[in-house]
Amino acid sequence: MKEISDLNLPDDVKYTESHEWAKIFDGIVTIGLNDYAQDQLGEIVFVELPEKGDTFSKGDEFGSVESVKAVSEIYIPISGEIVEINEDLEDAPELVNESCYENGWLVKIQPDDVSQLDDLFDKTAYFDTLKG
Amino acid sequence: MNKQPGTSGLIFNEPLLWDKSREGRCAVSLPKPDVERADLEKDLIGDAPELPQLSELDVVRHYTRLSQWNFGVDSGMYPLGSCTMKYNPKTNEVQAARQGFAGAHPFAGEEFSQGALKLMYNLEQYLAKLTGFDAVTLQPAAGAHGELAGMLMIHAYHAKMGKQRSKIIIPDTAHGTNPASASLCGYDSINIKSGDNGILEPLAVAAVMDEETAGIMVTNPNTLGLFESNIKEIADIVHSKGGLVYGDGANMNAIMGIVKPGEIGVDVLHFNLHKTFSTPHGGGGPGSGPVAVGKTLEPFLPVPRIVKELDSYKLVTDFSDTMGRLHTFYGHFGVMIRAYAYILSMGGKGLTDASKLAVLNANYVKESLKGTLNLPYDYPCMHECVFNDEFQKEYHITTMDMAKRLLDYGFHPPTVYFPLVVDSAFMVEPTETESKEDIDQFISAVKAIAKEAQENPEKLKKAPHKTKVTRLDEVAAARKPCLRG
Repeated sequence: MKEISDLNLPDDVKYTESHEWAKIFDGIVTIGLNDYAQDQLGEIVFVELPEKGDTFSKGDEFGSVESVKAVSEIYIPISGEIVEINEDLEDAPELVNESCYENGWLVKIQPDDVSQLDDLFDKTAYFDTLKG
Repeated sequence: MNKQPGTSGLIFNEPLLWDKSREGRCAVSLPKPDVERADLEKDLIGDAPELPQLSELDVVRHYTRLSQWNFGVDSGMYPLGSCTMKYNPKTNEVQAARQGFAGAHPFAGEEFSQGALKLMYNLEQYLAKLTGFDAVTLQPAAGAHGELAGMLMIHAYHAKMGKQRSKIIIPDTAHGTNPASASLCGYDSINIKSGDNGILEPLAVAAVMDEETAGIMVTNPNTLGLFESNIKEIADIVHSKGGLVYGDGANMNAIMGIVKPGEIGVDVLHFNLHKTFSTPHGGGGPGSGPVAVGKTLEPFLPVPRIVKELDSYKLVTDFSDTMGRLHTFYGHFGVMIRAYAYILSMGGKGLTDASKLAVLNANYVKESLKGTLNLPYDYPCMHECVFNDEFQKEYHITTMDMAKRLLDYGFHPPTVYFPLVVDSAFMVEPTETESKEDIDQFISAVKAIAKEAQENPEKLKKAPHKTKVTRLDEVAAARKPCLRG
């Protein structure tokens, strides 16, 4: 597993305490698992995602990620309606390990209230939570 | 020859039965028909199933060889923590195979089943006495089913009291099935953390216990192998708010005849005949998870219940507050016979001695290995002890690598990565049935593996080497499972 200092934590996404990331573009928020989460989970073998059109409130469980070590629930960082899911993950769950911020994104959501993003951690604040 | 038992010798290859099949080969000769041959109507005729054609010896060798690829408690020490893989004495099998039991039929009726009913009644009495409760049901099919039964009784109790509750408290050292059982009853799990010494603190319970909370589920001894010594105080806190205490007795093997859960505030307890009472489990057979209750919950026990009147026994379903029926017929009777045989063979003192030895053996393993493997909770343990791979991390060796390597030394691996409260747990439960010599061999095997972790880590990463099937590619198996032969 990686040392904390080796983690890839980009500046242009927001982070949750439960290790998801969120990034807004053209009013749509893309959500994924961050580098720490994918590294801790190890090789991911299955990703369970919601359906397009499902709605969630911030903090709701919206799916799960299964690795050879464990099954982990994933939590939605912002309230809204799912507008797209990453269908590539069905055949290639390893994308979450290989490219967690690009090809391994999980869902895209139409947020109810964009300002909820302001409550999430930026890189520095998230990094501090990891250091404990 | 290697002197370590169970680590050298032939491993027979064995093809599929269909590969051994030869046209016309057969293991039976049917007598000539004594009725006239009648042809089936054409539309009833289809292709025959493709069954292999084999001699008796073909079949015997096939399954004997396959069984030798397996590892069971009859072939070596099986220190699978939380599972109590003690030896299953063969007399249990002899008793279960007696014609009167093996040929019993649930439709035979009470008058023809008095022996079976008497056995079940007596077994209930013994289990009640051993645990300090008033009544027992033998119906649940296994531990998790017993848990569900217990929680359904708690649910029925609150309904009867006129106000259903919404939550249940579950500590992080409880068994993993506990939240599932609670959820099936519609309760939300409120998780609380154990204290720094691995046991539950009354203050943590008091902080969350309220009148919306149905009760608490406590595994005692807990999954760290530690005794919940505050159980009485915790039970008082829960009772004072009208809640009930569910005891998960899967770890009863540590406390038989020493602690009576019914006398220290537990309202309902399940235990596993297939663990504590030496009936086969794992791949070995069905389980049985009886549930014991005190007076508070007795009216809610599942039906039918076995009632003794004078010298005869009958099944009674007429209890107005019962939670209902849980299982077809009366549960797994064959398992009950084995447990009954075990209890009678051991006697009360024998059971208590078994628990004492189980605890002694676990503490011996814990003390012998604590410099070799990291021991996150260094307290006197009950029937099992939990290490992890902290000391091996610098060599990039994991708990999984060491567990796999143990197979090469002739031991079944311990439970790994459970309980979750210890990162990368390596959980050893030797049970009382292993001799000191066998336990010493296990200890020296773990020490040898820890040495290999330093000197030859690559060997561990590819282990096991001597088994019929070596390290599996778990990632490929999960990502691209091959579900058909």
